[in-house]
Amino acid sequence: MGGGAPLLAVEDLHVQFDTSRGVVHAVDGISYTVNRGETVAIVGESGCGKSVSSLAIMGLLAKPAGRVTRGRVLFEGRDLLTLSAEEMRAIRGRDIAMIFQEPMTSLNPVLSIGEQIMEPLFIHLKMTKDAAQARALELLQLVGITDGARRLQQYPHQLSGGMRQRVMIAIGLACNPKLIIADEPTTALDVTIQAQILELMKDLSRRLNIAMIIITHNLGVVARYADRVNVMYAAHIIERGTADDVFLRPLHPYTIGLMRSVPRLDLPRDVKLETIEGLPPDLRAPPPGCRFAPRCPFRRDACVATEMTLRDLAPNHATACIRADEIVAGTLVPASLPAKSAATASTTETAEPILKVDALRKYFLVPLSGSGMLSSKMATVKAVDNVSFTIAPGETLGLVGESGCGKTTVGRTVLKLEEATGGTISFSGVDITHRSPREMRETRRGIQVIFQDPYSSLNPRMTVGQIIAEPLHVYQLAKTKKEQEERVAELLRQVGLFDYMAERYPHQLSGGQRQRVGIARALALEPRFIVCDEPVSALDVSIQGQIINLLEDLQSRLNLSYLFIAHDLAVVRHISDRVAVMYLGRIVEVADRDELYANPKHPYTQALLDAAPIPDPRVERARAPRTLKGEIPSPLNPPSGCVFHTRCPLADDACRREIPQTRQIGPRHIVACHKA
Amino acid sequence: MTAIASPPASTASRPRGAIRDFAAQQPLGALSFVIILLMTVAGIFSEWVSPHDPLRIDFAAILQPPSWEHWAGTDAYGRDIFSRIIHGARTALVISLTSSFFGATLGAILGIASAYFGGRIDDWIQRFMDILLAFPIIVLALVVVAALKTAVIFGIDINLIVAIAIPIVPRVCRVVRAAALSIRVMPYIDAARAAGYSDSRIIFRHMAPNVAAPYLIMFTAFMAQAILLEASLSFLGLGVTEPTPAWGLMLSGNAADFYREAPWLILFPGLAISLAVFAFNLFGDSLRDYLDPRFKV
Repeated sequence: MGGGAPLLAVEDLHVQFDTSRGVVHAVDGISYTVNRGETVAIVGESGCGKSVSSLAIMGLLAKPAGRVTRGRVLFEGRDLLTLSAEEMRAIRGRDIAMIFQEPMTSLNPVLSIGEQIMEPLFIHLKMTKDAAQARALELLQLVGITDGARRLQQYPHQLSGGMRQRVMIAIGLACNPKLIIADEPTTALDVTIQAQILELMKDLSRRLNIAMIIITHNLGVVARYADRVNVMYAAHIIERGTADDVFLRPLHPYTIGLMRSVPRLDLPRDVKLETIEGLPPDLRAPPPGCRFAPRCPFRRDACVATEMTLRDLAPNHATACIRADEIVAGTLVPASLPAKSAATASTTETAEPILKVDALRKYFLVPLSGSGMLSSKMATVKAVDNVSFTIAPGETLGLVGESGCGKTTVGRTVLKLEEATGGTISFSGVDITHRSPREMRETRRGIQVIFQDPYSSLNPRMTVGQIIAEPLHVYQLAKTKKEQEERVAELLRQVGLFDYMAERYPHQLSGGQRQRVGIARALALEPRFIVCDEPVSALDVSIQGQIINLLEDLQSRLNLSYLFIAHDLAVVRHISDRVAVMYLGRIVEVADRDELYANPKHPYTQALLDAAPIPDPRVERARAPRTLKGEIPSPLNPPSGCVFHTRCPLADDACRREIPQTRQIGPRHIVACHKA
Repeated sequence: MTAIASPPASTASRPRGAIRDFAAQQPLGALSFVIILLMTVAGIFSEWVSPHDPLRIDFAAILQPPSWEHWAGTDAYGRDIFSRIIHGARTALVISLTSSFFGATLGAILGIASAYFGGRIDDWIQRFMDILLAFPIIVLALVVVAALKTAVIFGIDINLIVAIAIPIVPRVCRVVRAAALSIRVMPYIDAARAAGYSDSRIIFRHMAPNVAAPYLIMFTAFMAQAILLEASLSFLGLGVTEPTPAWGLMLSGNAADFYREAPWLILFPGLAISLAVFAFNLFGDSLRDYLDPRFKV
């Protein structure tokens, strides 16, 4: 770490937003420093102020609603907040660069990659066209994009998400900045691509001595790449320290809770997830004293009475908890977690499967680009190709894979939202593949769905009560109005909500509460089988744990079966009995959960497990750098033979020629690989 | 089992505050709303608010300029123009409201159905709308009026309403279909399909309320169009017939012969038409800005 003054020092920063519903204190007195060449992480859940604070540093707050009311941002000794717009422009993009979350929308679609990389070179460094061109090529090489000369001519839509994020990084690096602020740089990317991008950023920061601020909610990312960590909660920094200190010896009950509410690949899963009860406070009128107090298991009267300030408990390790001494001393230990309710998985072998999917295919026809209006040339996308699996009553099958692998299409086809192109789907022994909507009506009651996005899966014009009561009404499950109301109240309680919430509209609820409403709606028909399509990936870590526990609870009480579709391997491991891994429309491996995670046979499964970050800096540092290269091929033009051969470290000629058949390699372990 | 602690209060509902909110955010919209309100009052209570009988002919007072007795002067038959404008508001409102309502509603239903079913049904509906769109509004209305016989009920020609409503259908259908297409892919529609609800239930209960905003905006905007259309058709002699007071009608006939000597003959009815069209257009615009969350801070 560089000696002397820090590169960036944020001192007592306050940011306010004027909204039609009052003043929101989005950032309320935070201070931190970043030294040269160092990677500092700011971790927190949505709405805690982590992104707003970085926008304030860059002078990019949405005007006129947002403004800095107090504080200083010293960059190399100059207070950025006092600079004129002109002076600030000279620093932005030159000394401080920013990388945004969404690589799809943060590049301009009508400018070529080359123009966008060269733009800061012209503006800040006054380069000539030739010099800029040469520099752009060099930058693309630096961020690992081959065939640079051709890429410079291309437009953003011609590149994959990972490629676009590399281009964003190249633009950020263009003028040799001293500091890069990366706001959730890999959240929108798949896990194998995320690993590549993070590896690249870390490597660049080391080689070019660039300081980085990584803003993220993903603790695994932080553990691997950050030197120091600031944990934010409700507009305050509540803990600060080195990555080792914060992860191994957390001092604030919120940090402790956060660590324990994430499902982890490296820990046993036979206990329930710890959850942090309640919701973050309203930043228009934050509670007095410690802002975490209302949710804190160690709360005392003093917590509400005194204002919290960060204080050092060890060198470089500070916390804002007044009971931190007791945590250090070990006298304050969180209650141990209850064991999971009785395992249901082992009894399922002989039972008749509730869902049987055999050789399922779903092809989409898409118009080929370049074909005119009259000549409608179509290409076939094999979204799901020859997928087979069974789910026993009371069992959870996890379906994992990266985006575009067809896992969601499998779910939609099982739900009959899409018509299958081939293969069969049987539900409790009855073939439902080609049933008409009318014939499906009764079967529908048995199969329900929970969606990913709790914001768009509830009709905004209906109250919670109406949403849950509708299926009861349509299927005449409640005889009288009163009976219906009672049933709605019962369902609300079942998912941990209160009766009075039936009167509310979805926008008056938080994300976690909405997801609970979605679950209650699914339960209203008393289904035996639920397709859960990424049910927790849009939720914050502490809320995610609550929903996972709820799903497990409901499963054991109501003997439900789940098809649990997700991209997060740790979440899938936590909830599933068996796991199927998909890649480019095919299932490459199926096994019992423990078997799959302990003994993955397919190289893709191995790569996925390898790429998934684990929120423990010791584990992370001990792991080898990630190896899986390349991009996911386009499903329009899938590779011949084994679809994975283009990225597989073991691939040979046979893999390129022949499609590997699924083989039984263990009692309940199936893999589709020539080499396994 | 987990429970979420949350205060049961603050379920602030909208109705009363919404009007105040609208007025604060859209002062011009509020102004246009006041004009519409005045028009509505004039239309409903014409008998009470008009100073004279609009049909009473008085040859002793033909072509009188505006005075205290006759605020907007009199026409060639000595009828009080101000009273005729007030009564004309009723004609204008009834015809434009009904035709705009039927046109916009049919358009909206077709638009939502088109978006929801997609494929062949979508193609057929949209191609038919294309055919209707190929005719200019006034030409289409003229054709319909000419083709249908008159069927007068309560002094208003039903076929005139049909003629004005038909050109509105394809225009609303287009806009509502576009909005419905984006609703169609929302997970809550998938959830409704997964629960096995009928198509009509999904269309009316789940999709229609979510395209209410564009529907309302089109509805008010076409009120203005319909007023204009009614005036044009009446002016051309194909709409409302004498002696029923109607704004367009007041501009035609012997008004064309005398307007040089008596400009008030056309000035005041023209002003009424402009003001009504202006108010409905402005109200539609403000409503769009108000209902679209992207325009909000």
